[in-house]
Amino acid sequence: MTKRFTEDHEWLDIQGDVATVGITTFAQSQLGDVVFVELPETGAQVAKGKEAAVVESVKAASEVYAPVSGEVVEVNTALPDAPDTVNSDPEGSGWFMKIRFSDEAEVASLMDEAAYKAFVDAL
Amino acid sequence: MSDAPATALLKTPLADRHAALGARLVPFAGYEMPVQYEGIMAEHLWTREHAGLFDVSHMGQVVLTGPSKSHDAIADILEAIVPAEVRGLAPGRMRYNFLVNDEGGILDDLMITRPADPAEEGSLMIVWNAACKDADLAHLKARLPDGASVTELSDRALLALQGPDAAAVLAAHVPVAADLAFMEAVKTSFDGTECFVSRSGYTGEDGFELSVPASEATRVWDALMADERVKPIGLGARDSLRLEAGLCLYGHDLDETTSPVEAGLTWAIGKRRRAEGGFPGAGRIQRELADGPARRRVGIRPEGRAPAREGTLIFSEGGEEIGIVTSGGFGPSVGAPVAMGYVGTGHHEPGTAILLEVRGKRLPAEIVKLPFVPNRFKR
Repeated sequence: MTKRFTEDHEWLDIQGDVATVGITTFAQSQLGDVVFVELPETGAQVAKGKEAAVVESVKAASEVYAPVSGEVVEVNTALPDAPDTVNSDPEGSGWFMKIRFSDEAEVASLMDEAAYKAFVDAL
Repeated sequence: MSDAPATALLKTPLADRHAALGARLVPFAGYEMPVQYEGIMAEHLWTREHAGLFDVSHMGQVVLTGPSKSHDAIADILEAIVPAEVRGLAPGRMRYNFLVNDEGGILDDLMITRPADPAEEGSLMIVWNAACKDADLAHLKARLPDGASVTELSDRALLALQGPDAAAVLAAHVPVAADLAFMEAVKTSFDGTECFVSRSGYTGEDGFELSVPASEATRVWDALMADERVKPIGLGARDSLRLEAGLCLYGHDLDETTSPVEAGLTWAIGKRRRAEGGFPGAGRIQRELADGPARRRVGIRPEGRAPAREGTLIFSEGGEEIGIVTSGGFGPSVGAPVAMGYVGTGHHEPGTAILLEVRGKRLPAEIVKLPFVPNRFKR
């Protein structure tokens, strides 16, 4: 298992050619209490950097961008009914979607855990 | 959160306390203000269940002084500028109102208080919004006749203590607080510190606002915070509390194009003033009172979980665009999204089914009566 991170504060858990995607602990702490999550349809094609999901806190709405291009093969169907899971377990049961990615190079360009930690510390 | 340079931001006398509490600070109306401490949801619910302490020192506090010690004299002066019934305001009573322009649009909303102390007869205290205070001051100065003046109380802090435990908490420091009625105010002392206290607020809960010398603000804050029933509450929860309470936020639910009649605030215009006029914009306001306004402020409950934010377009079930959301988010006490907005008259009745365009999709919603949670003002 390989974990990768984006500058938009998403995490990816890479297993083979499928990436499980969610938002980071830092991202959820910045958002505050999550009250709404909108996920893509299973089977949808997503493009790196384009909006793939929506997460809303009491105060504001934010987009979740696809960190890699590919096909959504599964979404966390429990999440829309329990959006606070994004706060309580952001990098576990608060995952958003699984994407079968089409371009290995897109994954390779993402940050590893140490690089992401340095990125957040510099904010 | 903003491009405004941090050095340009003003701080309230309680800035050190917010920093020490680990508040998330954001620029608001030119001030660095706490948007949240532990989290909006928890702070909101705490205020509804216990007591929340708010720093609202950014708001403008002014004293309007007339040419004599006569209340009627200063009342007549202010009545030429606002549509409030000021003459009929009893000593120690306060009233919600607004500055209106010549077109009947709202320039700001405010609270007007007649001092209880006979020695201060002939003056009025006004509290208005931080974002509008410079413009409000200029507006007032330009319209005051000779002999009247307006003075900013820039050396005073303003704290709000709101929630069902507020009265019991405050009574330990301000014994007379427990005897105040809703919208009543008195000059008193807070553990020996000179303090102007009113039973008022903007959360829908029972509560108080405390105007104290800036130099004493931290002492008052600390004394209240020492009570375990009290937690600090940021602007985020202040916004969700007032939205659930059906209260307008200037710059969002009210602006220069909005009339008090459209906004459903005609209750704040005295009966005599409605009949007589004699305030800016009276032509439009009296016409709308007689014939009804073209649009009205309404409460909105989205059917699903998706919040409808400010700017969301409102459509009739038939697909006609009928209005816009002016405040919207999640109501922590309601446990669901809530919103306010304006719709064309005829679409405004509670129970009317509407559609909200959220991210390109038209989602079902319903017009509902305001407030979303019952007001618990002390009557």
